[in-house]
Amino acid sequence: MKCRVCSGPAVIDIRRHNANFCGEHFLKLCRDQTAKAIKQFSMLERDDRVLVAVSGGKDSLAVWDILTELGYHADGFYVGLGIAEYSASSEHHAVAFAAERGLTLHTEDLRRDHGFDIPNGSRAAKRAPCSACGLSKRHLFDEAARRGGYDAIVTGHNLDDEAAVLMGNVLHWHTDYLARQMPLLPARAGFPKKAKPLVRLTERETAAYCILREIDYLIDECPMAAGNKHLAYKAALNDIERNSPGAKHDFFFRFLAQAADRFRPGHEESDSRPDVAPCQRCGAPTNNDTCSFCALVARATEAVPIKLGHTRGRKKVSS
Amino acid sequence: MKVVLRNPTRELEFDGPLEVSVLLQRLDLHREAHLVIEDGTLVPNDKVLGNDAVVEVRSVISGGSP
Repeated sequence: MKCRVCSGPAVIDIRRHNANFCGEHFLKLCRDQTAKAIKQFSMLERDDRVLVAVSGGKDSLAVWDILTELGYHADGFYVGLGIAEYSASSEHHAVAFAAERGLTLHTEDLRRDHGFDIPNGSRAAKRAPCSACGLSKRHLFDEAARRGGYDAIVTGHNLDDEAAVLMGNVLHWHTDYLARQMPLLPARAGFPKKAKPLVRLTERETAAYCILREIDYLIDECPMAAGNKHLAYKAALNDIERNSPGAKHDFFFRFLAQAADRFRPGHEESDSRPDVAPCQRCGAPTNNDTCSFCALVARATEAVPIKLGHTRGRKKVSS
Repeated sequence: MKVVLRNPTRELEFDGPLEVSVLLQRLDLHREAHLVIEDGTLVPNDKVLGNDAVVEVRSVISGGSP
């Protein structure tokens, strides 16, 4: 295999581009595709203060690295989820990445700062772990961005993530979610804008980027995510991609170009809800008295009565 | 050759020489979802791995809250 750009020895093939790349030109491709996405969807201004949602995994560290390489002022924000060894390892990778590059990383910990963790809290609140995790992270990222005066939150969502979410939304015709599935969510009442600059890169490419940049990312998969639908959709899409290179890209980008607008008028109507007001507990903007995160915290931390002794199989003793 | 896989971590032995793309086929792994790494760097699909090679086959699929 030879690099399409320089004809030197290639290290990776990108079938949907029908091209191979050496290390140097693959890294340039990743930066160029990220810059193209930022420009295509007007994600960031040059002087924006950016807060990157960092997990210690390949996507968040890659997007942080690329934004820094592209000259953006980007700090990181990490949330400890309390998922045993997985969380300890993910924090280690995030902290080490920032320290090695002299970058600023803010951290928050669910157990330390909010009294619960994802495994126990999601069980107590009767929510799927991924749902409780997503809700918590979205709330805390928003809060951290407001507190720190950041203009934008950046996440490491890649093309595989977006195509898988789109597949799930289409399979179940979640039209309200389809209306909101955009690479950029503009700022609105109390919420900073949210951007996904990696939407033009697959996760194979973000992983390859990290390996070539010698970024030590967390390889282990979250134990709570095993068997979730998101992973099943990704596997199905990769089966399609095997015989039809570029299918994932077309699925997502043609949705944006040709179909997304059709769901948006309905979205605007559904979004014309009453003005948000501060959450009575934390002050975050919400449509209810209490925001979803504070409701989760309340359910996850409320005392649960403990039954003592054996309650099954105990024989009644008649007097 | 020695092939290291993750999640869970395990090692398999294969006879070389063997092309990377053939190795992935034998492991029944999707090339869109995996990278092959040798000595810390990427190995292209057409590289022939020798009998004494040590490579890692790394899944790149991650999932959780989108």
